[in-house]
This record gives sequence, structure tokens and C-alpha cells, in this order.
Amino acid sequence: MAEYLNIALPKGRLGEKAYDILEGIGFGCPSIREQNRKLVFENEENKVRYFWVKPSDVAVYVERGAADIGIVGKDILLEQSADVYELLDLGIGKCRMAVAGFKGTRLNTERTLRVATKFPNIAREYFRRQSMDIEIIKLHGSIEIAPVLHMSDVIVDIVETGTTLKENNLEPLEDIVPISARLIANKASYQFNHARIQNMCDSIEALRKDTK
Amino acid sequence: MNGWDGQLKKEEQTIFRLRALFEQYGYRRFKMSKFEEYDFYAENRSFLTTKNIITFQGLQGQLLALKPDVTLSIIKHTKANMTCPDRVYYHENVYRARKDDDEYKEIMQVGLEYIGEVDDYAISEVVLLAKKSLDSISTHSVLNVSHMGFLLGLLEETGLGEAIQKKLLACISEKNPHGIAEICTEYGIAEDLTTCIQKVAALHGTLEDMLPIIWDLCRNDTMRKSASELEQLEQNLCACIYQQGVHLDFSIVNDMDYYNGIMFQGFVDGIPTSVLSGGRYDNLVHKCGKQADAVGFAVYVDMLEGYGEQEQTYDVDTLLLCDDTADTIAKLRAVQMLQNMGLRVAVQKQDDGRLRYKQLCRLGESGVEFIG
Repeated sequence: MAEYLNIALPKGRLGEKAYDILEGIGFGCPSIREQNRKLVFENEENKVRYFWVKPSDVAVYVERGAADIGIVGKDILLEQSADVYELLDLGIGKCRMAVAGFKGTRLNTERTLRVATKFPNIAREYFRRQSMDIEIIKLHGSIEIAPVLHMSDVIVDIVETGTTLKENNLEPLEDIVPISARLIANKASYQFNHARIQNMCDSIEALRKDTK
Repeated sequence: MNGWDGQLKKEEQTIFRLRALFEQYGYRRFKMSKFEEYDFYAENRSFLTTKNIITFQGLQGQLLALKPDVTLSIIKHTKANMTCPDRVYYHENVYRARKDDDEYKEIMQVGLEYIGEVDDYAISEVVLLAKKSLDSISTHSVLNVSHMGFLLGLLEETGLGEAIQKKLLACISEKNPHGIAEICTEYGIAEDLTTCIQKVAALHGTLEDMLPIIWDLCRNDTMRKSASELEQLEQNLCACIYQQGVHLDFSIVNDMDYYNGIMFQGFVDGIPTSVLSGGRYDNLVHKCGKQADAVGFAVYVDMLEGYGEQEQTYDVDTLLLCDDTADTIAKLRAVQMLQNMGLRVAVQKQDDGRLRYKQLCRLGESGVEFIG
């Protein structure tokens, strides 16, 4: 008898969109639509088990094998350098990682650039490639406020529409990398569930081609 | 089962089985010091999987390091040459910081190295030993085989510089087709070559099924030579009836400067990361000034901790309660009597609930009484 395929979904809109795709290719689990506070849902018929987890934890669940596959933003993957297979770009949750600041902010100045961000590794790597001396200020949210209060010169954050930046008189200064949701798999699980995981990827690809 | 098997933890049993297996093939144990001169590791830093090394000053003022790796030391000390190989295995602790860990860990590694002329036989012997090592851990295991020469031949076709080739290799190791497409588009790589790289990254299956596909993907002599080595390996494994669970998968990539041929990685069902890793690393041996080639692997025994083991329900079989009035000699005799019955015994004045036991006894005037 086939074992359950464990799938980690990020809580929120992205996870719901990803579930819609998975349901569309036959990996549905109707109980997930029920309004309750449960975090784990199973469908015995098609042997899938879904977990809702914090978006930044998806890669951890997959890397450590608690989930066989997961849906995660490329921003999290880059930040955490998780040792997983990145099998598919789902093309949803599209946005970009950018350096933002007040209009006309110069990045190359005589003094160390203060960068506020939730993504210290991505920021450090980006400025290292440009041989720039920076100071990272690690924050967990409301990053836009850091330059407003003169705590940092710039921020490195995800930009979707740019509205939040604009409302705080900030603007994107340089793009770092485009972001979208990726389907990832645990490297060991992939060996033992290869056919099911590959079949899932092929079906998603086919679905995307049909809807294009 | 041997007499001591039941007393040992699963990972301890595995170590003994691996040692017996390696010795069957003529490998002898390499015992090394805990320390090496730091300069030695600094020269070969990119060969090491860890960048963090514990250093300290030796009594003669030299900078020493607690060994983060065993292979480098074996290569340094080997007397092997192309006519007379060295077959050695090790069972040593190494000191590393694991990913996402803030502290150094003492990690037990068991592995082997074949140093000398690495011919068709030597490769098959080491790959066979790798698969047999996995089989000694679990009945459900997979050994993935890759070939660095095949990958380097493929990347050569792109004409890109080493830094970009390394990015492509990283995407191949992630089985990341969209990442490959992005890099190829950025550097103007032809569509058919891009597709070829994506296909190589996605390959996964038995050697027998995959070989015709990889022959079709060959674009130069380097790739063809590597494909032929893989084909020879498949034939040899089939001849030994040991091809089951050996898969071709190019997502195993290693440092381009050190590794040059067959590479492999082992998985057992139930452990989320690879438990065995190895390959051919002639370039490292040559860099250390030795006239030999080499192939070997390591088993990460620390990954097996707790694997396949039921947590013990009881700490002891019998808890023997003795009050203050009990005579020491009577206590010693009672314990000995219970032990002679094959029981594990602990003596306490009272049961405070912390020790888990199967049966509770009391030492009274008439001897040992079972009370629960």
C-alpha cells in the first residue's frame, strides 16, 4: 500500500493558490476547505497529507524530511540555502527582491551603508558581489519604517506592487532577483517516491501549458 | 545475531558490520591522530565540506587543527603508487559545525579509500562496497551514481567561464530546470544545449534504463568516455547481480577542482539526508604530490542515531527496594541472584517514579519479595 505523500503548504494566499493547483491535478483533500484551526489534513483515498506551516518554515520541514514536498517562495530558498531539490517554478506569487530607499539615495557613499532587512543573507551576498561595505540591521517586519526613522539608509525587501514603499515615500532603487513560488522536494524522499513526485511535476507543467 | 548485538545501539552495530565488510575486501584500518597542522587544511580548504575548523597552538608554537576530515590525512600519508595500491578504512571522529548549527560537533565517520591505479575493477569494487554498506544499514536503500567527467564535458559545450559553470552545476544539483533556463538565456546558450542540460539534471532511474538516454545526450568525447565508464560499471554490477537499487542521477555534484570521475551518494528510507557520499578524486591526490589516483566514500554514522530503534520501554528489569536496615551483604547477594536470572537490577531505598522498571521487588527478612 502506498505511503502518504506529505506536503507542506505556506499559510496564507500563496498556499491557497498552490493548493488549488494541486487539487486540479488530482491531489485534492476536501477537508482542507473546512473552516477550522486544524493544521494537518489527510485524504486517505489519494494518500496525501497537507500541513499548513509558517511560510519561512516550509523549507525546514522539507529539508528535514517531515514533509516530502513543499511550496515555498524563492526568497526563502535563497535566504536559507536549503539543501532540497527545486523541481518547478509554479509561476505564482510573483514579485521581486529589491533595494529600496528614498528617491535619489546613493548606494555608493564614503561611509558604510546601513541596510535594514528580513533577508540578511540575500542582502549580504548582493552587496558583497559589488564589493560594498554594509551594515546589516536584521528586522522581522515593517522594514519600510527603518529609513523613515533614519535607522538605515536603505532596505532590502520584497516588492510586489510598490504601494507600501510609495506610501512611505520610498522607491525601488535596484532589483536583486525575481521571486515566485517553487515546488521543492526532500532529496531522500525523492529517491523513494520518485514516480509520484515526478508525475505531480509533469501534471502541473501540463496544466500550466493548457491554461496558457 | 551475535551475542553482543542486542546490547549495542543500531549505529554501533553498523560500525562493526562495516568494518567487517571492508576487511573482507582487504582494507586495513588507518588510525590517525586527532590533530593535524592547520596549514594542511588551509591549502585544501575547498575540498572540505566545512569552512569552520577548530584551531589551537601546539606546544612548539605551530598552529594545529582538530581534524575536520580524514581523507586528506590518508592522502598525505599514503605510500601508494600506480603499481601498488593502498586499501584503507577509517573509523574516526571529525570535528565540524553542521549547517544551521551554531556549535561544533564531534561526528563519527566510517569510510574507505582506494588509492593507486583506479581501473575498472577498483571503481566496481568501491561502488559495490558502497551499496553493500547501505544494505548493512537498511533493506530499503538507494545508491545514486553520477559522473563528474560527464558533467564537465557537458558544461564545456557552453563555453562559459568557471564561475558561471559553477552556477549551472548548482542548478543541476537542485534539479532546477527553470534556474538552468534563466542562466542559459542570460548568457545566450542555444536552446538545444539548454534542453540537454535540463534533461541531464532531471535524469533519475536505474543505470540500465538511463544508459541509452545518456548516450543520446553525449556531445563530445569527454561525455562519451564517461558514459562508457558508467556502462562498464553497470555491466560489472549486473555480473555480480548487485545492480538493484543503484540509480543514475546527475544531481550529485562536487567541487570541480578535486573530483573527476564517478561520484555517488547513498540514501536509506526513513533518513531525510544522504548517509553515504563518495567518488573519485584523482585531482586531490595529484595536488598533494602523489603519483596515484583515488576513489573512496564515507558513511555518516551520526545520521543513523535513533534510526530503526525502538525506544527502550524500561530502564531496568527490576527495581529492588531496600530500606536503611538492610544489610549490605544481603543486598549484594540479592542483586547477584537477580542478575543470574538474566535481569538488569537497580537498588534504591524508595521508588520516586523516575526509573522505569518491569517489576518491583523488596528485600525483606525472608529474601526478595515481588511486590508489583
